[in-house]
This record gives sequence, C-alpha cells and structure tokens, in this order.
Amino acid sequence: MTTLAHAQDSLSHHDGHDPIGNATFGFWLYLMTDCILFASIFATYAVLGHNFAGGPSGHEIFDLQYVFAETMFLLFSSTTNGIAMLAMYRNARSQVVNWLTVTALLGLGFIVMEVNEFMHLIQEGNGPDRSGFLSAFFTLVGTHGAHVSVGLLWMLVLIFQVMGKGLTAPVRSRLMRLSLFWHFLDLIWIGVFTVVYLMGVL
Amino acid sequence: MNETLFGKLTLSAIPYDNPIVMGAVAGATALTLLLLGMITYFGKWRYLWTEWFTSVDHKKIGVMYIILALIMLLRGFADAFMMRLQQAIAAGGALGYLPPYHYDQIFSAHGTIMIIFVAMPFFIGLMNLVVPLQIGARDVAYPFLNSVSFWLTASSAALVMISLGIGDFSHAGWSGYPPLSEKQFSPGPGVDYWIWSLQLGGIGTLMTGINFFVTILRMRTPGMTLMKLPVFTWTILVTNVLIMLSFPVLTVALALLTLDRYLGMHFFTNDLGGNQMMFLNLFWIWGHPEVYIVILPAFGMFSEVVSTFSGKRLFGYHSMVYASVAIAVLSFVVWLHHFFTMGAGANVNAFFGIATMVIAVPTGVKVFNWLFTMYKGRLEFTTPVLWTLGFIITFCIGGMTGVLLSVPPADFVLHNSEFLVAHFHNMLIPGALFGYFAGYAFWFPKAVGFRLDEKWGKRAFWAWLVGFYLAFMPLYALGFMGMPRRLVHYDNPAWQPYLLVAALGTVVILVGIFCQIIQLVVSIRNRAALRDLTGDPWNGRTLEWSVSSPPPFYNFAHLPKVQTLDAFADMKERGVAYEVPASYQDIHMPKNTGVGVFLGGIAFAFGFAMVWHIWWLSLAAAGGVVAALIVRAWDDSVDYILPAQEVARMERERRQLLAAHGHQSSASTDPHLAPQG
Amino acid sequence: MKHIVLKGLFVLWPEWALACDGDCGSKWALLNPRGPIAAHEKGLIITAFALMLLVVVPVIFMTIAFAWKYRASNNDASYAPKWDNSTKIEAVVWTVPAVIVAILAALVWKSSHELSPYRPIASAAKPVQVEVVSMNWKWLFIYPDLGIASVNRLVIPAGVPVSFRITSDAVMSSFFIPQLGGQIYAMAGMQTRLQLVADQPGSYQGLNTQFSGDGFAGMHFETVAASNQDFDAWVAQVRHSSMPLSEDAFKALEIPSENVPPRYFSSVEPQLFERIMQKYLPNADATRSGHRGMHSAM
Repeated sequence: MTTLAHAQDSLSHHDGHDPIGNATFGFWLYLMTDCILFASIFATYAVLGHNFAGGPSGHEIFDLQYVFAETMFLLFSSTTNGIAMLAMYRNARSQVVNWLTVTALLGLGFIVMEVNEFMHLIQEGNGPDRSGFLSAFFTLVGTHGAHVSVGLLWMLVLIFQVMGKGLTAPVRSRLMRLSLFWHFLDLIWIGVFTVVYLMGVL
Repeated sequence: MNETLFGKLTLSAIPYDNPIVMGAVAGATALTLLLLGMITYFGKWRYLWTEWFTSVDHKKIGVMYIILALIMLLRGFADAFMMRLQQAIAAGGALGYLPPYHYDQIFSAHGTIMIIFVAMPFFIGLMNLVVPLQIGARDVAYPFLNSVSFWLTASSAALVMISLGIGDFSHAGWSGYPPLSEKQFSPGPGVDYWIWSLQLGGIGTLMTGINFFVTILRMRTPGMTLMKLPVFTWTILVTNVLIMLSFPVLTVALALLTLDRYLGMHFFTNDLGGNQMMFLNLFWIWGHPEVYIVILPAFGMFSEVVSTFSGKRLFGYHSMVYASVAIAVLSFVVWLHHFFTMGAGANVNAFFGIATMVIAVPTGVKVFNWLFTMYKGRLEFTTPVLWTLGFIITFCIGGMTGVLLSVPPADFVLHNSEFLVAHFHNMLIPGALFGYFAGYAFWFPKAVGFRLDEKWGKRAFWAWLVGFYLAFMPLYALGFMGMPRRLVHYDNPAWQPYLLVAALGTVVILVGIFCQIIQLVVSIRNRAALRDLTGDPWNGRTLEWSVSSPPPFYNFAHLPKVQTLDAFADMKERGVAYEVPASYQDIHMPKNTGVGVFLGGIAFAFGFAMVWHIWWLSLAAAGGVVAALIVRAWDDSVDYILPAQEVARMERERRQLLAAHGHQSSASTDPHLAPQG
Repeated sequence: MKHIVLKGLFVLWPEWALACDGDCGSKWALLNPRGPIAAHEKGLIITAFALMLLVVVPVIFMTIAFAWKYRASNNDASYAPKWDNSTKIEAVVWTVPAVIVAILAALVWKSSHELSPYRPIASAAKPVQVEVVSMNWKWLFIYPDLGIASVNRLVIPAGVPVSFRITSDAVMSSFFIPQLGGQIYAMAGMQTRLQLVADQPGSYQGLNTQFSGDGFAGMHFETVAASNQDFDAWVAQVRHSSMPLSEDAFKALEIPSENVPPRYFSSVEPQLFERIMQKYLPNADATRSGHRGMHSAM
C-alpha cells in the first residue's frame, strides 16, 4: 500500500502536471510544422522563381543595401530579445519590459521596411499579380512578415503580462516560447535573405 | 452599400430554382430544427452546454467527434447514392436527373466530406476516447486546444453543409486541381467553400496532431515504455507524426490557391508563370500520407479487436510497430503515383512505382500478423470481429489492384477510370471505415456504459459487406471497359448494366446504415440489459478496460503501474487489477471553457465571410480570434484541484455499485467499503 | 449519338463505317488492344495480377480457415493465449511479400522505360506527327506535316507509328485512346508526348479522362485508323472539301462548347501549336525559351 502511494509521489510528474514542459515540447513541435510550411513555400519559390512572364527579375527589383538594413533590424532584435531573456533569469522585471520594448521596436522597424518595399513594388506595377515569380516572392517574404507581425502582437501582450502579472511561472514559460519563436523567425529570414535576395541579385 | 455589407452575397445565391437542392436544404433544415426543438422541449440546452460543448474532457470531445462523423457520413452517403442513381439512368443519350454542374458538386462534396469530415473526425473521436485511457493518462496534453480543434472541425463541416443552401460547393473534384479550380474557370463561391472548409478543418487537425503526439510521448503512466504501448496507441502515434509532417503542406497548397483566387496571383494559373503541377505535387505530398493517416488508426483498431476476441496476445507486436513506422516513412515518397500520366520521365515514374509497391510489404506483414493472432486463439465472432474479417479479405483485393495501379504503364490505362474509383474505395471502406465501425462497436460501452446490440450490428455488417461488393466490383469491370470516372452521362449502353448493379449495391449499403440506426435505437432502449457494469465487457487487455464504463472524468484515481505489454491482462493475471490504494491524491483537472465554442463559431463566420467577400466580417472575426486568445492567455486559473476525499468518495461509490450487482472484483479488499443490503 | 457520328463518317468515307463494326462494339476496351503499346500494357496488368494472386489467394484462404478453425466454440483446436512470436513465421511473412515486390519492381523498372511515352516506336515507317490541343470541351488535332487539322476526330494511318505532341489551351485534360495505349495529361504551357500505333484499320474510342468541368462527359472523339491509301485519300479530301483554320476560326473554337461534332480544316497556320504553348509559357515574351516538357518543368 505504501509503495503505491510512494510511487505516485515520485512520479507526480507523469500525471500530466508538467504543463510547462508539455507546452515547451509542443511549441517545438509547432515550430517543426512551421518549418515544413516554410519549406513548402521555399520549394514553390524554387519552382516559380524564374517564371518572370515578361515582368522584372529579382536582379531588377531588389535593393540589397535596403534589405541588408532590414535584416540588421531583425538580427539586432534577436540580440535584444536575448538580453530580455537574461533579465528574466535575473528576475529583473523592469529590464525585461524595457528590452522587450526595444525588441518590439526593432521588429516593428523590420516590418515597416518590408511593407515599404512591398508598397514600392506594387506602385511600380510589380505587385504579386504580375508574374509567378512575384507571387512566390511576395508570398514567401510576406508569410515571414506575417509571422513577425504575430510575434510582435504576442510580444506586446507579454509586455503587459510581465507588467501586470510579474514574472510568474506561466509568464516565464510564455517568454521562453516567444523567444524560441523569435529566433526561429530569424533563422527563416536568413534563408529568405540568402535564397531570395542574395541569389536573386547575384 | 449592399456590397460593403454583404460582399458577393445576394438572395440569388439561394438556389430556389433547383428542386433537388431545395429538397435537400429543406430536409436538412427540418432535421436541424427538429433536433433543436427537441433539445429545447426537453430543456437540455444547459446540460449540453455545461457538460458537452464547453467540456475539455477528451472522452466527451471524442464522443462529439464521433457524432459529427456519423452525421457527415449520412450526408456523404446521400451524395454517393445520388451519383450512383444518376449513372444508373444516364445512359445512351439519357441525361439523368442531375445537370452536370450539380453532379460535379456532388462528387466533389462526397470526396471532401468522406475524407475530411467522416474519416478524420471518426478516428480522431476514437483516438480521443481511447488513447489517454490506454496510456494511463488523466487527460491530453492540451485539453483546451483539444476543444478548439473539435470546434474548428465542426464549424468547417458546417461550412460545407451551408454551401448546400447558400451558393454552391466546388465542382472541381475533392482534390481541386487547378487551373479548373482557378478563378478563370470557377468564378463562383463553390471552390472558396471547399478551400475554407479544408483549411479551417486542417488547422484543427494539425493542432490535434501535436496534442496527441505530446500526450503519448509525455503523459504515459509509470512503466509504460514505448515498446509497451498498446498497438492502437502506436498507430496513433505514427498517425500524428504523419499529420504534423503533411498538414502544413496542405495549408500551403490551399493558401497559394487562395492567393491566386483572391489576389490574382499566379501560382497555379495557366498564364503569367503559374505552374499547375506544383499544386498537384503539394496536394499529394499531403494527400498520400493522408490516406495512411486515416488507415493506420484502423489498423490499430483491428489489432486490438483481433487480439482481444482471440483471447490471445497480438502476434508479432514488434513487427507491427516497425511495419507502421515503415508505412509512415514510405507514405512520403510515393505521392507522384497519383499523376504518373503527367509525363515525367521513365526513371521518375519507376522510382515512385517501386516505392509504392514496397508499401505492400509492411502492409502484407500486418495482414499475416492478424492471421497468426487468430491462429491458436479462441475467436469469438462478435460484430467487431466480423468487421475485421470482412476487412482482411476485402482489403487484400484492394491491395492487389493498388499494386496494379503502381505499375506506371498499367496506370497509363487504368488512371482516372472507374477502376481507380473502385480501388480507392476498396482501400478506404474496408481499410478505414470498417476499422472505425469495429472500433465503434468495441469501445461504445466504454464511452456510454452499455454495449451495442449484436444482432443489428451483425446485420449492418453483412449489408455493408454485400453492398460494398455489389457497388464496387462492377466498377473494376467498367475500368477495363475504358469508362472514366466522374461522368455525368455516357453514350455506351454496355456500361449501364454494371452501373445498375453498383446502384443496387448502394441500396444494400443503405440497408446497412438503417441497421446501424436501428442498432443504436435498440441498444439505447435495452441499455439496462446491455449495461457494462465492470468496465471490462470483452475481457480486455489494455488499460482502458481497467476503469469503469463510462470512466470517471479523471480517468484513473491512481495511476496504474505497467509492467508488460497488454498491461491490464497482465494485472488481471497477477490479481492486482482492481487493487484499492490505501489513500488517494489530489488530482489536477482542467476547467471547462466556452472559448473553444466561441472560436469555432468565429472561425465559421470568418470562413463564410471570406467565401462571400464580406471583408468587414472577416476582419471582425479575425480580430475576435485574437481577442479571445489574449483574454484566454490572461487567465491563469485554467485548472482546479479535485480533492483526494472527493476522489475516494467517487471510487467508493463505484465499488459499492459493483458489489451490489454481485461483482466481486477486489471490493473485498477495500477497507472503506460499507456493507450493502 | 453514336449513330450520328457513324453516319457523319459514312458520308465522308463509306468504308470505315464497315470497318467499325468489328471494333466499335468491343466492350472490354483494355482487354482488346489494337496496337502493340496497349497489348504490352494489357500483358503487364495480367502478369502483375497473376503475381499478386500468389499471395492474395493464400491469405484469403488462411483468413477463412483460421477464423473457422479457431472459433471460440471449437474446443478441439489448440489454444495458446501467450504464443505471440515466431521467428520462422516472421521471416516468411516479411520475405514472401518482399520477393514478390522485388520481382514486380524489376517489371516496373523495365516496363516504365519500354513504355515511356517519350520513347519512339521502332518501325520502318516514318511516324506521322500529330499535335493535340485540349480545349474546353473538345480536342483539336493538327497535322503539322500535312497542313490540315480536325476537331474531335483523329484519323491516322494503320501500321504507322503516330508521334503525338500534346498541350492544352484551357484546363488540364488527359488524352486517352484505350485500345491503342495509355494516356497522358494535356497541360497549358507544357508539352507532353505520346507514341501510339494501330495494328490494323478500325475505329477506336478516344476520350478525355481528366475531369475538366461541365462539358467533360461529351469530350470524346473517334479515332479512325485507315489503310495508307485511305489515309492519303482522306487527307486529299480534307484539303479540298473544308474550310481553313484561320485565326477567326480558331478564336471561335476557343469559346467553350460541348458535344462538338467532328470537323475538318483544310489548312492550318504554321506553328499554331507553338503559338498556343507560347501563350502560357512562364516567360511568355521571351522568344528564346523553347518547349518545356515536364522534365524541365519539375
């Protein structure tokens, strides 16, 4: 009898009451599925990337310097996000808020630049309906941008949660997942930058 | 102004002028109103809301999935019936009773519904009901997400249903090949209904996939190592890997088609650099694994059934596991066999043809293992066993025709023919549906506490089996006569006799469905006699049979400790199956929530708004989703603690009930048990 | 319907109506091949089917036998509730299907190459070139070397290989003449190939098997294999007796239409097939981009 009770104590972990562990693991899985989503769009881009249909090629429309600046926004935002996470481990609540705000602003800068690039292209008649290549370009870059935008919204919510709830276990776990998400988007962007912009211009 | 408010939606979207459609609409509406009226009359709204709709209990969500699947099965079957009727009469100049545009929607809806809204919710329902119980878990990893998944599936099914009366459904086939499904050739809302119902349902499925994968990997009871997982849970684990790997590809394929249709992009269009074959590749990279997503769980169900009713361990458990994994891996390298005729080179075709055949090896191994499970067993011919035997024999025939189709040059003549139609029905009806029916009869007592009537179950089986052969064997023959699929009418009078037999087959299947409805009614009426008091009506082998039927909402008062495969059979043998613990622990349980229902409803509104270009509603719905998620994220008290005393009280009541009915179990070892009169 | 078609043919060339008597009624199209490609494909189906039966028949027999012998009421049968493993049986159940699949795999490899739609048919006769354009909902056949065209009737010389180039001017279709050999997709902006030969004069049903919309059910055509002499006579007659496929006539054809009766065109603008393809090429205004087969497309 006592062994049964004992067994239960030592294994209370197994009773499903490690929701944070579950959430982290599940989030990794979600990221893997997102990887497949991006892989499919990358594959589409690879197939359609030269279907210019009389429209411009990447060489003609990409401004590498501009995109490089955009990239820097995102890369730096990953760094500041890292700093925010370090602050979280030190339990420095206000610093978490501050660094997350910086991260969000950098992320916003990235999005603003991307939207600006899109608007510019559309105004010149090179919108996503111009050719297969441009459809794939807008969709690949835009899907990443949409992810970043969702990340920004999430970050905003978490900034308020850190302010309102403090660094409670659930909030910490959410911050950790957001950080995973943010770094993941960084990695995807490096793929986008390489495959779309660098290879498009070179 | 109207356009701002209602988008493309006008009153003319309702097909008043089509008596067949209006009849169907009237029928469906009348049934719905009757149901709603009865719920109101009996005052069951509150009960349904608090106990079911807002429930995050995997068992209740499972039951709701199964009900959804059964309702949609009726719709999908009605479509099948109409098609068979049309082809039976539309021969040699006769046009039948369905115009092409209507007929085309029917076969598109039939395929979409049967795969996405029957097969998927049916096995997901059984998986919800059984898997946490089989692994000794109290719940799934994400109970709330589970509720959201269900309501997304339900609302996308509702989207398909509403397309019946408002607008139309896709006419481009269930696989929606462009450029036919592009705006240029399908300007109406039909394809959009197809896109959004698949997309929303697919997202729900993807979340379910992650949910159950995590549940199985992280929430097993102590001692249950991976190689002690019940074989059904193994097939579910593999299935969920397939879901996670393949559904994102469907999401992309549909999203790109959506962009083509809504924003004039050129992914799959004929002109301006689109590539229609890209869609076929993406669609089938999802679509082929999808076949195994619906079949593997059924394999697991057959395994449980054949072992339980043979009173014997499953033969070759390890082989079964490896075979499931092998099938899953191979399912990702065969997609091109759906379009050998696109004109790829001989090497490409040969590779995909051979890869396809290789799947026959692990599948064949499974069949042999079921046979050797019966060997030296004591096979009881219960309804689930009949479904299993019917499956094995019929599936062998389907497998054989499948291998024929996997030979590329043979496919050149058999592709797109009635032979193909016969083949995949020959895989999916026995391979998936019979399995679910077996699982339905097998686990029904676990879900509701009483068994299904055997007599009507067996009648249903025989009608389905005979109906199946009548309906589909003639189609094989028609394939050899060169009859293509999806014909609304045909000139060749030689085909008609075969199509008449096929139509007769659907009538026999209809009899089977009636038998199933009668079975349900009879079983509910005789529930006292069919009561499953012990929770173990079949002398089961796995942990779901160790708890009462229906199980308490926390599943296990104390977590079972597993030592071997077939854990419960082992416990019964060792005499520890009903051991009563000295004390109970507090149990964490998730709270019910209406957020899932809300999200499902709003997803429906979103889908509907997108179909009809009602942009303000789409935006509002999207905003509503975000708002609901934020509100939910703010709520940290999503679960509660069930005190140990309460658990002890509930467990004591169950033992008293058992004792009162003369069931000895281990009630005598319970010191708390008060004597009963 | 059939009779109207036959009658139409009769008017143009009476003998074929008689030739048709033997073959048009052939109910089991796939089992009555009228050309070497279709015959080979039929043989393949039968071989693969026989090989499969080697496993399937014993399995079905074992299912019934085991289920009956080990029924619960049969107390004479042995009962071994814990017997769950046998290396010998496992070896057999993995090996037997594997061997059969290996044999089939060899068959697949060989036949995929032999019957590749790109592979020219070995023959002393020079192949006839036919360009096939799938339209909503009819088939246009262009004879580039002869400068003529037809809609919904394909006339070919018997015994001479026909080399098809196939594309689509609308949605995807699948070009199929069951008694002559396997089908291939017709896709806009892409060119697929098919090589067929009819052994003897006759009339064979041809059709689209890929669902393509409202007019799908009526999108079939008659294939007439004629003797060389008859074929030449037919060509001459078409050249003299009917209208040219002018730009206007082609535009009219592009309008979707259903159940289109056969028509002939005495002349075709050169490079019409290329121009149709060109409309949908991924780099439409880049003149240098040649024809794109599926090899390069994927």
